[in-house]
Amino acid sequence: MNDYIKKTDKYGKIWIWTAAFIIVMIPVVMCIAYNAWPPIVPVLKGLLGVAPMFWTVGVIEVITYTPMLGVGGTYLGFVTGNITSIKAPAALTAMENMGVEPDSEEGEVVSTIAIATSSIVTTLIIALGVALLALISPILNSPTLQPAFDNILPALFGGLGVVYISKNWKLSIAPLVFMVALFLIAPGLSSAVGVLVPVGIIITLGAGRIMYKKGWI
Amino acid sequence: MEFNVNSTFLYIIAVCVIIFVLAQSAFFLVRAYRRGKQLGMSAQKLRKVIFSTSIFTIAPAISILLGVITLSKFLGIPLPWIRMSVIGALTYELPAAESAASALGISLSQTITDPATYTTVAWVMTLGIMPSIILPPILMKKIKGGMLKVKNKDKKWGDIFMTSLFLGMISAFLGTAFAHIREGLAGYIPLFVLLVSAAIMGICGLLIKKFNLKWLETYAISISMVGALVFAVLITPVIVG
Repeated sequence: MNDYIKKTDKYGKIWIWTAAFIIVMIPVVMCIAYNAWPPIVPVLKGLLGVAPMFWTVGVIEVITYTPMLGVGGTYLGFVTGNITSIKAPAALTAMENMGVEPDSEEGEVVSTIAIATSSIVTTLIIALGVALLALISPILNSPTLQPAFDNILPALFGGLGVVYISKNWKLSIAPLVFMVALFLIAPGLSSAVGVLVPVGIIITLGAGRIMYKKGWI
Repeated sequence: MEFNVNSTFLYIIAVCVIIFVLAQSAFFLVRAYRRGKQLGMSAQKLRKVIFSTSIFTIAPAISILLGVITLSKFLGIPLPWIRMSVIGALTYELPAAESAASALGISLSQTITDPATYTTVAWVMTLGIMPSIILPPILMKKIKGGMLKVKNKDKKWGDIFMTSLFLGMISAFLGTAFAHIREGLAGYIPLFVLLVSAAIMGICGLLIKKFNLKWLETYAISISMVGALVFAVLITPVIVG
């Protein structure tokens, strides 16, 4: 790590541990203010309903996205969230447009700028939306617009897919064929797509290794 | 203090959290921007990244706002506002709230009036998401070290490795568009939307190459996304009826 990235790592750790403390303190403050500590059993039961799935996805996401987002982008992206639907596509698109390598210092800079910008814009849009809720709620909840909100991910990944697949079409065949077949056979898995991202990566790496050794790519 | 899901006190907590998120984002933005200039990247290009990312973020951000509205029906505004601005996503927050409610034996059809119920939901949401925030600082060194090792050993394979990460992610999300096509024509809508987005991006790519429209590079992903979303709005009533 060079000096800039080392310092980014140091500052990033300070910010993310502070964020972790604040996140835990939010329910603590609520419990103190309302003198309403929840009984432990329902919390554990409730947690049991989501933790096995979401802790697994959390571990997978950290391992998968950290190399893509870079040091600053990771520390920021994992605090502000929505990595698959905004942060990772924003970082990838920005690096692609700027023609920089993801694991270079230029890539680190561009990815961080993209993730910071999208975090600020998202936070401001949500804040503005909350301020104008009475006004915009009927519009956003209208059945006419519902299909748009239901299809954010295909609309986003269709365009992004063209950029990456056209440049790496040989490497794309195996994971694409596998994923299409998998979702056709087991449609229910679409709700667990986060878990399937590393499966896609392993298949791409396996196929890539074979093609690389054979000199096809 | 008297409990209310939309109390001023809860709004104050939300505003403090929002300020923290904005401060962290601004801190990293300024540092990266300055470093970019030191590395010889032009201010114009760096500003272009900021501008194009801002445009690109608008549509998905509005869908997150919709998540806040969905959750606000039973949790009020402040807690969903906090959760969706920090780490959260509706796909996680809603099941977490439902799981907490079912553990308490209540339904989430009405606004919560009991503070203990509210704090139970808040704790389940908080604890369920903690690995995403604790693990990056713990694993960063190992992950970066691993990547460096791969790259130092064989530069070309290192590049293929990195591209494989992107393609693995993209393939998984592209595959989900096929998940519902066995349900009939309505199940094809996500696939049609995906194909329209891809087609618009392809056209943008051609225009950029043929007519050297460099400026279009900045907006191509936003144009393909918004174009596909408009298509979704138009085609869904035709298909679903």
